Order: sequence, then structure tokens, then C-alpha cells
Amino acid sequence: MNDRWVDKGMGQMLEGAVDDVRILCPTGRIDHTSVQGFQDDLLPQLNDCHEDGVAIVLDLSKVEYMSSVGLRVLMLAAKQCKGQQGNIVVAALSAQMQEIFHISRFDMVFPVYEDRAAAVAALAKKD
Amino acid sequence: MIFRFWGTRGSLPVALSGPGVRDKVRRALQQAAGRSFASDTDLDQFIDNELDFPTSHGFGGNSSCVEVVGGDNYVICDMGSGLRQFGQQVMADLGPGVPQRYDFFMSHVHWDHIMGLPFFAPAYIPGNEIHIHGCHDVMEEAFRRQQSDPCFPVHWDQMGANIILDVIQPDKTYQFGGFDVRAAKQNHAGDSYGYRFTRGGKSAVYSTDGEHTQASEVETKRFIDFLSGADLLIFDAMYSMADMVSVKQDWGHSSNIVGVDMCHRAGVAHYCMFHHEPIYDDYALQKILDETRRYEEIMNRGPALKVSMAYDGLEIEL
Repeated sequence: MNDRWVDKGMGQMLEGAVDDVRILCPTGRIDHTSVQGFQDDLLPQLNDCHEDGVAIVLDLSKVEYMSSVGLRVLMLAAKQCKGQQGNIVVAALSAQMQEIFHISRFDMVFPVYEDRAAAVAALAKKD
Repeated sequence: MIFRFWGTRGSLPVALSGPGVRDKVRRALQQAAGRSFASDTDLDQFIDNELDFPTSHGFGGNSSCVEVVGGDNYVICDMGSGLRQFGQQVMADLGPGVPQRYDFFMSHVHWDHIMGLPFFAPAYIPGNEIHIHGCHDVMEEAFRRQQSDPCFPVHWDQMGANIILDVIQPDKTYQFGGFDVRAAKQNHAGDSYGYRFTRGGKSAVYSTDGEHTQASEVETKRFIDFLSGADLLIFDAMYSMADMVSVKQDWGHSSNIVGVDMCHRAGVAHYCMFHHEPIYDDYALQKILDETRRYEEIMNRGPALKVSMAYDGLEIEL
């Protein structure tokens, strides 16, 4: 198991990898003031998310809240991964983020897992 | 200034079906739980105070038509199917023999926003003056097509009232009916326009059929500036956020939570959701209203934002 973490600073993205699963862990409040950094950090991480590449787990445990502009970026991510025949899931939503996902119906867009380990295990099963 | 809603449904008028009526009757009886009522007054109090809103009233099914009360004459946004009932009310209030001036403001000329005009009784009465303001130079073509063979038996030129079409420019302030009125362009097939009404230190924005993608901060900010400090925003909140950015992307409508976020940024005081998805019944709409209020609570970092959902018959006074 290769487990490494890189703090990418203002981009608010922590990066890790477990086997063929890449774990991305954005932090803070994602709204119109921070969404550009979130998008700039997130989307390049998805380029090798495809059948023969990595699967993506978005660990959102450190996201305090996410407004509609952040959700839009998540949809861009989902579309990019789907277009590449890759897998992307989310994990470890706080109670508040669970509410936001339900209200926005994003819980019908993304597979949602209770924690990072459950997400990694689910993606590993698909190999 | 009072906003009176005659039609609030998006895309297509809807009517409560037989099974829908039955469902409401069942729920009302369940909530009554075997009680008896000594008088009609007691029964009305039960309906008004104890039944939930979707059961006792509901959101209605007419397409977009909103009256702006408080000016010098009748002022109306859009001519959806709700216009028929507005015309009947005017006739009941004044009778046919009292000529009136009407100023309409058209978001655009898609069918659900013009379909009420052929059924607007005052349009057939000589002496009435109907000014139709809008930013589309195809307005006349749309109205003539709607009232021509083989679609409708009474042709545009046979309307008795004096109808004046007035193409106005966005981003320019006009005075109509005692209001300052300014239009702003919105993202919709063939374009649509929101209108900001100002009078006596109060202002409100009627903004329907606009897809605020938020893909461009410059474009988003342009509209935030248009909304800035409004006392009321009537907003196209037709879809969930997930639908808006996926299967219904480019369909020209926004989501409930995009409206909340734009109100927070613009410092709007009252957010009123509008142009409801026709597939939703009254209980689904109430759930969306409750969820939107909760989203507002989660996201609010400033002054309180009132969140409501328009229904046919609602009045909002500023």
C-alpha cells in the first residue's frame, strides 16, 4: 500500500493514493470566493481517472460547506470521469454536507460512502 | 408595492387530477382524526390553522403571470395562463365599460408566457389600451402566429383593444405605470429578460426563465449587480441543482439553491421561488420549499433572507 499525502496549500487539496485509488481531500468553505482554486486543483487530478488508470475518492470530511458553485465543479468532475470511463465517488460527508448533497440531489449523482475506507474498499471490489 | 401572483407554474399549466383530489381529501380526514366541527367557522379554522398548506391550498397550476400593484395603472409581468383569471377579476371589479391602461412586461415570448392573451377579456374591449413592453423584436411575430389559423380562430387584428407593442432596451431605466423599470438579459433559448421595478424606495426583481450557470464570474456578477439590494426577488427555481447541471443543462432554467446563493451575494431581503416544475405535486413543492429554507440556514453568513415559494393567489407587499 502506497499512502502519501501532500498539502497543496491554498488549493485546499490533500492528495493521497491507496493502490489504484487516488484520494483527494479538499478543505474549508467552497463558495464563490474559493471555487476557482478548488476547480483548478481538482480537475487536473482526474486526467488519469479511467478504466486502466486510477479511481477517485473525494474525501469531503474537511469541507465545512459547499455552495452551488462548488457543486457545479463536482458535476464537471463527475462528467469528466464518466467520459473517460473512470470511477469517482465521495466519502465522509459531515452532517451538514450530507444535507447539502440531499437538498441539491447530488446524492443521486455520486455514490456516497460513510468513510474513506469504505469508499476505497468499494472501488477495489470493482477491479 | 404589492406583487400578486396569478400564475406560478413553469413551462405548462397543470391541473389537480382526480387522484390528486382524493389524496388531499384522505390527508385532510386523517388530520381531522375523527373530530366533528360545530360550525363552518370551526371548520374554516381547522383548515386554516391545522391542515398543512399542500392539503388546504396548494401552489396552483397556471403559467407565469404576476401583477405589480401600486402604480398608476395595471402593470403585469408575462401573459401566461394566469392572465385569464386576472382579466376576469378586472371585469368583475370594474365592468366592461371603464377603459383601462395595461402595461405588460414580457420576459420572453415562449408559449407558456403568452398563452393567456387570447383569453384576456379586456383585450377584446374597445377603449382599453394595452402596452406590451419587451426586449425581443420578434414579439409581434409571436403574438400574430399565436392568433392565426389554424391555431386560434380570433386573429390578432380582431382584438378590440388598442394594443401597442414597445420594444425596449436592456440596461436602460424607463418610467412606466409609475415605476422605474430596467431590464437585464438572461441565459435562455432565444434570450429572456428580468425586470427590476422601483418605486417609493422599494425595488423588486421579476426574473424567470433564466439559467444562471455560474460558469463565468463576470456574467454572474453582472446579474448580482442587477439584483443588488432588492427587497424581493421572484426567481426561476424550477430544477434541483443536480438536474440543472446534468440532464437539464441548457434547458434555460435555474435551481432553488442557485437562487439562495445569488440572493446572499446580492443582499436581497426576500427570495420567492417561481416557475415551478409541472411534474411536481403540492407535497413535492412544499418539500423543496422546506429544503431550500434549510439550505439558506446552512449557507447564511449575513442578514436573514426570507425564503418563500410563489403560489397562485399569493400577495407579497413590500
